[in-house]
Amino acid sequence: MKKSLVQLNDISFKYDLDGDYALRNVSFDIYEGEWLAIVGHNGSGKSTMAKLLNGLNFPQEGSITVGELKLSEETVWDIRERIGMVFQNPDNQFVGTTVQDDVAFGLENHGIPREEMVERVYKALESVKMDQFLDQEPHHLSGGQKQRVAIAGVLALRPDIIVLDEATSMLDPRGREEVLETVRVLKKNHEMTVISITHDLEEAAKADRIIVMNKGQVYKQGTPEEIFQLDEELVALGLDIPFPVKMSKMLKSLDLPVSKYHLSEEELVAELWTSHSKM
Amino acid sequence: MMEKMIFGRYVPADSVIHKMDPRSKLIIIFLFVCIVFIANNAITYGALVVYTFLMLGLSKVPMRFVFGGLKLVFILILFTFLLHIFLTKEGPVIFELGWFKVYEEGLRQGIFISLRFFLLILMTSILTLTTTPIAITDGLETLLGPLKKVKFPVHELALMMSIALRFIPTLMQETDKIMKAQTARGVDFTSGPVKDRVKAVIPLLIPLFVSSFKRAEELATAMEARGYRGGEGRTRYRQLSWGLTDTMMILLLAALTVLLIVFRT
Repeated sequence: MKKSLVQLNDISFKYDLDGDYALRNVSFDIYEGEWLAIVGHNGSGKSTMAKLLNGLNFPQEGSITVGELKLSEETVWDIRERIGMVFQNPDNQFVGTTVQDDVAFGLENHGIPREEMVERVYKALESVKMDQFLDQEPHHLSGGQKQRVAIAGVLALRPDIIVLDEATSMLDPRGREEVLETVRVLKKNHEMTVISITHDLEEAAKADRIIVMNKGQVYKQGTPEEIFQLDEELVALGLDIPFPVKMSKMLKSLDLPVSKYHLSEEELVAELWTSHSKM
Repeated sequence: MMEKMIFGRYVPADSVIHKMDPRSKLIIIFLFVCIVFIANNAITYGALVVYTFLMLGLSKVPMRFVFGGLKLVFILILFTFLLHIFLTKEGPVIFELGWFKVYEEGLRQGIFISLRFFLLILMTSILTLTTTPIAITDGLETLLGPLKKVKFPVHELALMMSIALRFIPTLMQETDKIMKAQTARGVDFTSGPVKDRVKAVIPLLIPLFVSSFKRAEELATAMEARGYRGGEGRTRYRQLSWGLTDTMMILLLAALTVLLIVFRT
């Protein structure tokens, strides 16, 4: 078993003290180096989850531990240094007037000396392939590029965990692929833990583990294969099943020899075009 | 329409003025605004004009940028001029047409005050044309630095300014988008009497305000998530460097000031 990095212990949270619970008795662990996808339809509490993780909101009940630090008013700034967040709207998280200023913003906040900042800014931009755009202004960048700059801003602080809070939902397919590919490479090179909060199950299918949220509670957790076995249950929760899974299921129902529910198109195609030789 | 506005528009070029420290430029502009009022005769005004055009020349900003964007200001200057011609009734009459009389003092005042106005606008335009808004903000933040001692929120002000600057293009794009969306719904922004056109702005402003508030909230969350907790203990990424040119330019302005004081009547 991998080392547990973040523990959520029986978390309950409501935005409005008289209102309903946004999250209710949620407990789970996040392990070092994994790609965890948290899925759920709108209002399932998945984004609230993200905000609790780095202390933008505090749970009324339960505790969150990151590494050896227990999340509280005192430790929140240290925890924010370890957990970087990328939000949904590319425009509304771009603080600097140019690309390099934006990446430097987080470093300035943490009082990093200027010489080190210059180096870190450049390295971070290099690793998201935006080093050609140092002096570019945000309105000249595409959504995908802006999100990559946001990732660089997080990366420059060298966090252990990066949280993508619906970071790709406002992007076009190309921008989405760009951003996810960047994160994939970073995760590999920097051994980071990635938590992606999304309602795109295609994106979740590529994760190591999925947590399905519903009505503020953990509905199910498991590997993508396990989760997509749920099939109709997911549809009932307002989630859509990825196309290759749907396709494998339909082919199976026609008694075609499909071994399992494939998560990627390539896998499915590979099985289909080699299937004749096995028959 | 917005494209033609000259204020706050930076024109990149490789010139002495562009390379100057924003702090020295701000100091010069501030002093210039003061010394313009010393001038009161042909020689002193002449010196100011020569100085201003020297700066304009050094800035290497194409003339069409400078004057093309100032059309509105010219109308205002012309208006000021006419106002003086009509209303100042001092000195001998130099021109008469029926009830309409132009007095010498009126003409003199008209020319000098319009010229003063013109020079001020020109100098500030040179500042904004050769300095990025963010550099101006940085310059202001450092120049106002001492005010921190009296609890004046210098850092917050500078941050507010830089965020405002960063969002101008974004909000412009958004305005454009909302305008198109409302036009598609039948709102007419371009024709009809003024009253109707003013009314048509309401369905543009309300969505713009709503989304700006939402943006502000999200931006605040994002800033907090990135560790922003006020100006305390923050380091700076942008650096300003004071060079020899900056000192020279200040000295040149000092020389001009002396000249003005000596030759004023």
